[in-house]
Amino acid sequence: MTDTSKNDIDLRATDQELQRMSEADAPADPTPATAASENDPPVMFAAEKLNVYYGDFRAVEDVDMSIFENEVTAMIGPSGCGKSTVLRCFNRMNDLIETARVEGSITYRGVDLYDERVDPVEVRRRIGMVFQKPNPFPKSIYDNVAYGPRVAGQKKGLDDVVEGSLRKAALWDEVKDRLKDSAMGMSGGQQQRLCIARAIATSPDVVLMDEPCSALDPIATARIEELIVELKQDYTILIVTHNMQQAGRVSDRTAFFTTNVDSMGGRTGELVEFDFTNKIFTNPNDDRTEAYITGRFG
Amino acid sequence: MSIVSTPADIGTAAARRSVEKLTTRRTDWAGNGFRLALLFGLSIAVLALLAVLYDVIVDGVPFLSDRGTEFITERESSRSSEYGIFNGLRGTFWIGVFVVLFSFPIGIGAAIYLEEYAPDNRLKRIIETNIRNLAGVPSVVYGIFGLIIFVQWMDGFFPNSVEQHLGQTTAAAGATLAVLVLPIVIITSAEAIRAVPRSLREAGYGVGATKWEIVKDHVLPYAAPGIFTGTLLSLARALGEAAPLILIGGVTGRLGSRSGLFDLDQLGEQFMAMPLLIAELAKQPNTVGKWNEATAAAIICLLVVVLLANLIAITLRNRFEKKRG
Repeated sequence: MTDTSKNDIDLRATDQELQRMSEADAPADPTPATAASENDPPVMFAAEKLNVYYGDFRAVEDVDMSIFENEVTAMIGPSGCGKSTVLRCFNRMNDLIETARVEGSITYRGVDLYDERVDPVEVRRRIGMVFQKPNPFPKSIYDNVAYGPRVAGQKKGLDDVVEGSLRKAALWDEVKDRLKDSAMGMSGGQQQRLCIARAIATSPDVVLMDEPCSALDPIATARIEELIVELKQDYTILIVTHNMQQAGRVSDRTAFFTTNVDSMGGRTGELVEFDFTNKIFTNPNDDRTEAYITGRFG
Repeated sequence: MSIVSTPADIGTAAARRSVEKLTTRRTDWAGNGFRLALLFGLSIAVLALLAVLYDVIVDGVPFLSDRGTEFITERESSRSSEYGIFNGLRGTFWIGVFVVLFSFPIGIGAAIYLEEYAPDNRLKRIIETNIRNLAGVPSVVYGIFGLIIFVQWMDGFFPNSVEQHLGQTTAAAGATLAVLVLPIVIITSAEAIRAVPRSLREAGYGVGATKWEIVKDHVLPYAAPGIFTGTLLSLARALGEAAPLILIGGVTGRLGSRSGLFDLDQLGEQFMAMPLLIAELAKQPNTVGKWNEATAAAIICLLVVVLLANLIAITLRNRFEKKRG
């Protein structure tokens, strides 16, 4: 009995220590943010008047939004509203579609991502991506995680990178004994966590997630959501989701997109409202947001 | 008007009908007929193949066992009891080498360019359509092409050649057949590359790989089994072609070169190949020797060569597929 109480005291002492440590870590004088409000963290991305075209067809119209460091930003909206298209602008994934064209600007830490001098390969190393359907390489678990660092030229210390990334993706304990096995033999949820590990192995600043849970069962989804909240400590995360509850659970800010149909029947995505998740879900400014949140349309 | 039934009656009648339907098994005539027709087609194909094989084996195997390895190591002769197919095997071997060395890299390279690098415009579609059409051009037309380009135009390409003919050489034959199968190699490889899922490429780009790294590390390994199957089938086709070689001009009889199997000199010398040799053998009158039997034996040898090529193809493909995981 005495032992247990001692333990309790010890634990409490540790907690206090931890708190003190974290206070010491925090900068004494937080630099004032340049963004909308005083307390905002530094801006990671700023999109201004962003328009995306596929051929002559305008998929997204005049998007203005800022993504803040070490926050989770969710993008929600009905199908076809252009949220995935916008997401793919942030690491120039739209470059892969021949007909796609981006107008306006997106800056990443102040650098215009679409400047001629910017190397898209380097962009994608710093801004990782997790896709809708788990898409591991048909290689071993180890090689999946090590591939990014390898193409970046890293040769030494790959074991540590692989272990660290798998630990951060909460997958290490499940796979540490079978790193040489093919990734194709894993379950869907494990594959998606492997894809997250692969995305963070290049030590990016940002991880973009395009509906990462849409192909997973509820248990696997819950694990990924926990992971997203943990990863927020080290990374800035943008997540596109169809699941409003998910946006509510994991994100700090939420962007709501919708589709406008013009007289010709063309459908163009529009950013309706971008604010703190709390605000969007409890007291949105726009009627369309409210209608979507409460399930009246979309 | 006279029929009056209560709802209960209607209910029991419906139930009886549904039980009846459930328990009377009907015969699916259309389905069975279709299956029989398919089976009929399959059996005709198999029977034709078996008939050919039977004919060849009955004639050829006793002759082969009679002659032993001499039939493979000896050269042509005017007597069937001394005839050997070495020159034919040698020519066919070198044709295979030409196809592997030229058609495979050029064809696979062209397929990679078309699928991965070429901008998707009208020019690309025109080129693709033309390649498809080229694959359907009769092989004798390629023979004429070979005659003009490789035999006449490249005459004198081997200045030290002892032959004074118009470049009717092993090299010309090999090059002609390499060109013949090129469209097939391109089409099958392009199809295998097109089947690589987009998600795999995106995954590669997502971690910051360059286009070259994605082609090298992901697209080609994934497409390798398909590329292999297609290319090696085209090799089998090249080994069995006779028509273009007739135009290039293979030489029969004892006038042919005396080179060994691996002598590089023979590239500039006159050639023979198995399909041509079989055609020549078949023309010999059976009254003055066992020429029918010799023909059958030569056919067996060519079949074994082609089957060996296919066996290697299947083994390699399986190995690649295992690697793909």
